[in-house]
Amino acid sequence: MGYKMEAKNVNFYYDKVQALKGVSIGMEENQITALIGPSGCGKSTFLRCLNRMNDIIPMSRIEGEVLLDNEDIYQPKVDVVELRKKVGMVFQQPNPFPKSIFENVAFGPRRLGINNRMRLEEIVERSLQSAALWDEIKDDLNKSGLAISGGQQQRLCIARVLAVEPEVILMDEPCSALDPIATLKIEELMQDLKKNYSIVIVTHNMQQAARVSYWTGFFLMGELIEFGRTNNIFSFPKDKRTEDYITGRFG
Amino acid sequence: MRLSSKHTQIMAWAACWLSASIAVGALLIIIIYVFIKGAGIIDWGFLSTDPIGGIHAEGGIRSSIVGTLWIIALTLAVAGPIGIGAGIYLAEYAKDNWLTRIIRWVIETLAGVPSIVYGLFGFALFVIALSLGFSILAGALTLSCLVLPTIIRTVEEAIRAVPPGHREGSLALGATRWQTIRHVVLPAAMPGIVTAIILAMGRAVEETACLYVTMGGAARMPSSPLDPARTLSLDVFYRAMESIEPEKAFGTALVLILIIFIINALTRWFSGRWIEKTQGRLCGG
Repeated sequence: MGYKMEAKNVNFYYDKVQALKGVSIGMEENQITALIGPSGCGKSTFLRCLNRMNDIIPMSRIEGEVLLDNEDIYQPKVDVVELRKKVGMVFQQPNPFPKSIFENVAFGPRRLGINNRMRLEEIVERSLQSAALWDEIKDDLNKSGLAISGGQQQRLCIARVLAVEPEVILMDEPCSALDPIATLKIEELMQDLKKNYSIVIVTHNMQQAARVSYWTGFFLMGELIEFGRTNNIFSFPKDKRTEDYITGRFG
Repeated sequence: MRLSSKHTQIMAWAACWLSASIAVGALLIIIIYVFIKGAGIIDWGFLSTDPIGGIHAEGGIRSSIVGTLWIIALTLAVAGPIGIGAGIYLAEYAKDNWLTRIIRWVIETLAGVPSIVYGLFGFALFVIALSLGFSILAGALTLSCLVLPTIIRTVEEAIRAVPPGHREGSLALGATRWQTIRHVVLPAAMPGIVTAIILAMGRAVEETACLYVTMGGAARMPSSPLDPARTLSLDVFYRAMESIEPEKAFGTALVLILIIFIINALTRWFSGRWIEKTQGRLCGG
């Protein structure tokens, strides 16, 4: 079984505060890995280590290894810009740019130097199709990305990520700002996407983790308490703390 | 007697309404007054001849209009790029430390310095030390110093107001720092940047004291930015203070108001169209 991404003994510090303590975890290719845990447990911090989004936080530092296809992404020779093309990210708040729907999706390809209109139209259509949004907005591509509903905005953000053809998609609580119907659509979409992409999702919604993921990791106070098949974690948790959390005794 | 919450509600509304009415009313009265007094002065001859001067304030304002346009264009050409660049630097690149805090504090202080102080500085540096003499260029450079703090602060605020999610979204797509600034942050901050430019243009049109000591008030058509010239605001000053027919200043003042109005309308129209074109339609199917 090959890991698409793997963390080995990762420590992360915000200045003097240690946010991650010796986290080791493997993320399987073409599967959905869910990270759960109470607020402030380090799951989002960990996710943002996977595409080096934490680099932009001043005074922060990381120890340990994070591997993508067995290459450490924190090696000095690694180009962060290249890395983020391979490891895309969807955020908690839908964050379409104040541009048209078309330009939102074309943003990534344009930065890669693709300016041919036909080529861009092709990419935009394919990405919106893959994000299950095309049929709803194909006649409104010139509309602002901010003028559509929250659920559509989040799928637009997913389409925007797909347009740069990543290999891994990180999702940071992608449904927490959405209503149940929009949430369901995103979850269905994730099942489609895992055929071609490896997905890591952070969620504070345990039902969501149980529904969508194959692997689940439980974080508490910066530590990975337990990691395993989602079924096992939810049915037969080995650690008392995992059990307390998933049965709703805290968090 | 205690007032019921309903009564305090009405009183608060009345107080706000009254303040707004006084503010708007005072402005309207000024504009209407200038219109009535100025309309009779303006005719084709007034617009198409250069000032002659003298105690009867003879001649028109053609060269003063040209001087004003020169000043606006040069000031924006100098202060626009520098101010926007400095604003971007402070908002996006500068670390928060004692040095940048001092820089911000200095900029804030400079924004409040009276324009005649800038005038004196411009006179000493541009007119005398750099031997530009009384000229449009010396005036525009002085004005640039004057409007820079305003542009920098306004641009910085506009860029800081762009939600962090836009930046993160762009960086996460593999855009570089500069691509993110250029293609996401600046377009999103554009309404604020346009405001900064409009404020700067307003200052350039209205400013009198600092131009009085840097570009003089020559009553003839400038042939290049190295010539001395009048702006419309200087023209108002000369007609009002150095002639026995000060009412002629109202003609110039009216033209001045109209020019400000036209420039504001044009800027807003162009930026509105630009924003719609780049940011997509917000409503309608």
